[in-house]
Amino acid sequence: MAYAARLKAPGLFRAAFGVLLGFGFGFGLVVGLRALSNLHPVIKTDPIVTVELITVPFGFLFGLGAFDYWFRWASGAPTIPEDHSGHGAKSWRDYFRVNTDHKVIGLQYICTTFFFFVCGGLMAMLMRAELAAPGMQFVSPNTFNGLFSVHASLMIFLFIIPVFAGIANYVLPLMIGAPDMAFPRLNALSYWLLPIAGIMMLASFFAPGGSFATGWTAYAPLSTDTPLGQTFFSMAVQFAGASSVATALNFLVTIITMRAPGMTFWRMPLLVWANFTTSLLVVIATPFIAGSQFFLILDRAMHFNFFDVAKGGDILMYQHVFWFYSHPAVYIMMLPGFGIISEVISAHARKPVFGYRMMAFSLMAIVVLGFTVWAHHMFVSGMFPWLRVPMMITTMLIAVPTGIKIFSWLATLWRGVIHLTTPMLFALGFITMFTLGGISGIMLAVIPFDIHVSDTYFVVAHIHYVLFGGSVFTIFAGIYHWFPKMTGRMYDESLGRLHFWLSFIFFNLTFGPMHFVGIDGMPRRVADYAHQYAAWNAFISVSAFIFGMTFFIFVYNIVTSWRHGPIAAANPWRAHTLEWQVSSPPPIFNFDEVPTVVGGPYEFGVPGAVHGVFKERVPVTTAAGGGGAPPPVNTE
Amino acid sequence: MRKHPLAQMLTIGVVASLIGIAIALNIRWFPPAADTASHKIDTLYDVLLICSVPIFVLVMTVAIYSVVKFRAKPGDMSDGAPIHGNTRLEIAWVTIPFIMVTGLAIYGWVVLNNVEAKKTNERIINVVGQQFTWHFQYAKNGATADPGKNCGQDNPNEVTTNTLVLQKDQPVYFRICSKDVIHSFWVPEFRLKQDAVPGINTHMRLTPNKLGNYTVVCTELCGLGHSTMRSPVHVVNSQQFATWLRQQAAPTAAQAPSGGGGGQAGGGGAAAGTAQGKQLFASNGCGGCHTLADAGANGTVGPNLNTIDASAAKFGKQLGQTPQQYIFTSIKNPTAFTVPGFPKGVMPSTFGQQLSPQQLNALVKYLMSVGKG
Repeated sequence: MAYAARLKAPGLFRAAFGVLLGFGFGFGLVVGLRALSNLHPVIKTDPIVTVELITVPFGFLFGLGAFDYWFRWASGAPTIPEDHSGHGAKSWRDYFRVNTDHKVIGLQYICTTFFFFVCGGLMAMLMRAELAAPGMQFVSPNTFNGLFSVHASLMIFLFIIPVFAGIANYVLPLMIGAPDMAFPRLNALSYWLLPIAGIMMLASFFAPGGSFATGWTAYAPLSTDTPLGQTFFSMAVQFAGASSVATALNFLVTIITMRAPGMTFWRMPLLVWANFTTSLLVVIATPFIAGSQFFLILDRAMHFNFFDVAKGGDILMYQHVFWFYSHPAVYIMMLPGFGIISEVISAHARKPVFGYRMMAFSLMAIVVLGFTVWAHHMFVSGMFPWLRVPMMITTMLIAVPTGIKIFSWLATLWRGVIHLTTPMLFALGFITMFTLGGISGIMLAVIPFDIHVSDTYFVVAHIHYVLFGGSVFTIFAGIYHWFPKMTGRMYDESLGRLHFWLSFIFFNLTFGPMHFVGIDGMPRRVADYAHQYAAWNAFISVSAFIFGMTFFIFVYNIVTSWRHGPIAAANPWRAHTLEWQVSSPPPIFNFDEVPTVVGGPYEFGVPGAVHGVFKERVPVTTAAGGGGAPPPVNTE
Repeated sequence: MRKHPLAQMLTIGVVASLIGIAIALNIRWFPPAADTASHKIDTLYDVLLICSVPIFVLVMTVAIYSVVKFRAKPGDMSDGAPIHGNTRLEIAWVTIPFIMVTGLAIYGWVVLNNVEAKKTNERIINVVGQQFTWHFQYAKNGATADPGKNCGQDNPNEVTTNTLVLQKDQPVYFRICSKDVIHSFWVPEFRLKQDAVPGINTHMRLTPNKLGNYTVVCTELCGLGHSTMRSPVHVVNSQQFATWLRQQAAPTAAQAPSGGGGGQAGGGGAAAGTAQGKQLFASNGCGGCHTLADAGANGTVGPNLNTIDASAAKFGKQLGQTPQQYIFTSIKNPTAFTVPGFPKGVMPSTFGQQLSPQQLNALVKYLMSVGKG
């Protein structure tokens, strides 16, 4: 009886049952259709697995209960519009079910994405082990190609893009004074699509013929002619993409409709601006990568011949559609980080963000320009040659809004009172490293130079300066900055600083030399290389191993601090934005009383300036200029 | 008072920029230059460095200076100066980068047009990419004759080679194509690169101006043998070039004196068969993935063919085939059976269409004769 009850109730138990049902349904569907159509053999791996990759995840989601409420509503069963039964977490078990609390979902996102970050990082370590010396030592060329393909795909689709969604999920509703996201049940579904995508990518290693091995770009026709693992990539991207789009819509509606009274667009913290613009990018661009991967699936499974030249296919079309998403994706992976840095720098340098409106306008400018540059990935692809020069110019123009941001952060530091806390160190590391990545980006935009270094290690160096020295440093800054808010405890400051300095140094020692070997002629995505690059590669590998180990300092710090760290005050950084005006961690519905916003978010040093007020209380943010006492904690 | 820190920073910044530029320009970034485009691109890169270093130094100087100068004393709970912006400064840092990138873009455009300009008296060479090797097709007669617009297809007026031989100071027009997936044709010493795309012809122009031996590197991921897809390039003088091309045009004379094929030849017909097989082994790029001592091949993607005689007997027996049938099928339909320990679906399945049954048999005969361990 207990089993029957557990099978009826949503949760992991029913999800396991759903997986079995999904598996059986997919298997039966393919075998049945093949038998009816006289296709032999009736039981064939490729079509069965392709269909299973759709039916099993949906079986899981149904079982878990992601659709229960909507089904009840659609079937006319009684529902409670304000049903909060799935809201909030009382024990760790509540993190393993469909939960509608944005704070729980935020932590689900962050922990899941860091798990895939570790997986992708370990793959990078294996690659560096193989590349430490010329020749083949540890892995076969097939495994190597699989490692860099899965590494990149996990880092992009399962770490950087969703971890920002996770941080924003936690922080953004608090920042705008909202009790939750606009669509909490959609929010829960968005999260649960994510582990599906990640597990699918990892599971590709067990597919016959090995994992997908055509890079995260999956250029056709190589990707239409490789073993089954490729389908795992194309399908995983659909799930990760659907998750992204649903979250982005949720952010847009939340930001547009759920701001606290008095919070005009020009009083929104820049993190909110950053996620607003990122969400625009996601909603407009993501369907294109979904399309490109559907092309591949249809080519592979049903011979649609989009990319079969002999049947009139067009090879370059794939690259145009792919990059029309994947270049804006670079900004999807960067703009939320820009938002984090604005929050961190203003709070830890005790200064208003310099040129607040220009900061917001430059985000919008990047969104618009970001859609006009995709073909700079294709300067040597053989596309219509005239397209190159306009794309070079637009690419280089993006330096202008990006420069506005860098210079404004520097001006924010100027005459501040700078506290070199761990988040601040990561923010400073970000500014310097991202500047280097931006400079190499300008170089890559100049066509004649790009022709030489395209598809070399110079590009590998550039993307890691932008995505690790850029995005990942902002992620670390954000995690450390909001750690007290999320967990109610303080992290260990000296371990945090150690983590910063070691990762900053070994990051540069790992990726800096890649510029040299790239210009000197070492192509990317190779399992083996000429002896002339042996010395640098050995050096890079050793640096990479130490760089990889620095991550354990972070994990140790986070895990021990979460369990035993000192209790955090509501507002340890004395910041003005609304999330710091509630307890750490916040109450279950965020605000026991809705705040009223009466000023800008960063009015540091302005006597008496306040961002938000609660009617019942004294204003909680006072300009700390004279006094020095931390603002009062929410004591209600 | 406010003038002072700015002047201080300016001094530090200028000195650091000059040192940085001096270091950056003295690093040997590029491989040696071997064509007329190289020095233009190298100079462009130097200009990019000269513009980039001061920007990076500016960011670093302001960041480090601020941290040192404005760092909070222990226990300092005060706020910084409530500065919200400065319109003149903001206009400056919009305008100056705008002018800089516009200038660099125009310069880049000029260099691009210069490098890609059509030259008179160009020799046309077809470059054919294929997993995992390159072929080069030359017109037999006349320096500016065309080896045929059907890039990659045999044509009686052309010769096909596995080595790219170029004549110093002779402008070249490469017509680039691919037989299977996307490849990218790159010689680092020439600084130029162009993808080989199935279904279309792409092109590239250059004029080699330095004698020497270089390597064609494939830079677009093309499958398992991608990192082995390399071909030699020789830039030679006009006399050597003419001699070489003449030799290539008479293939039997150039290819016949093979080292190891002789051993067990059963009459003149068989000897001719192994010679043809050896040539097919080379021209189809088998050595990109397979090791075969007789052909000087040392690829490691696929099985070692030095012992193919024994393994063909072994696996052929398992499959109920003669060794000849086994090798024939393995080339024609490689997905039918994969040697244990090697990944499936890696060997291109296009050889069955590219080679006639007669050619396949010649290749099988050659492999049987030299693969005895």
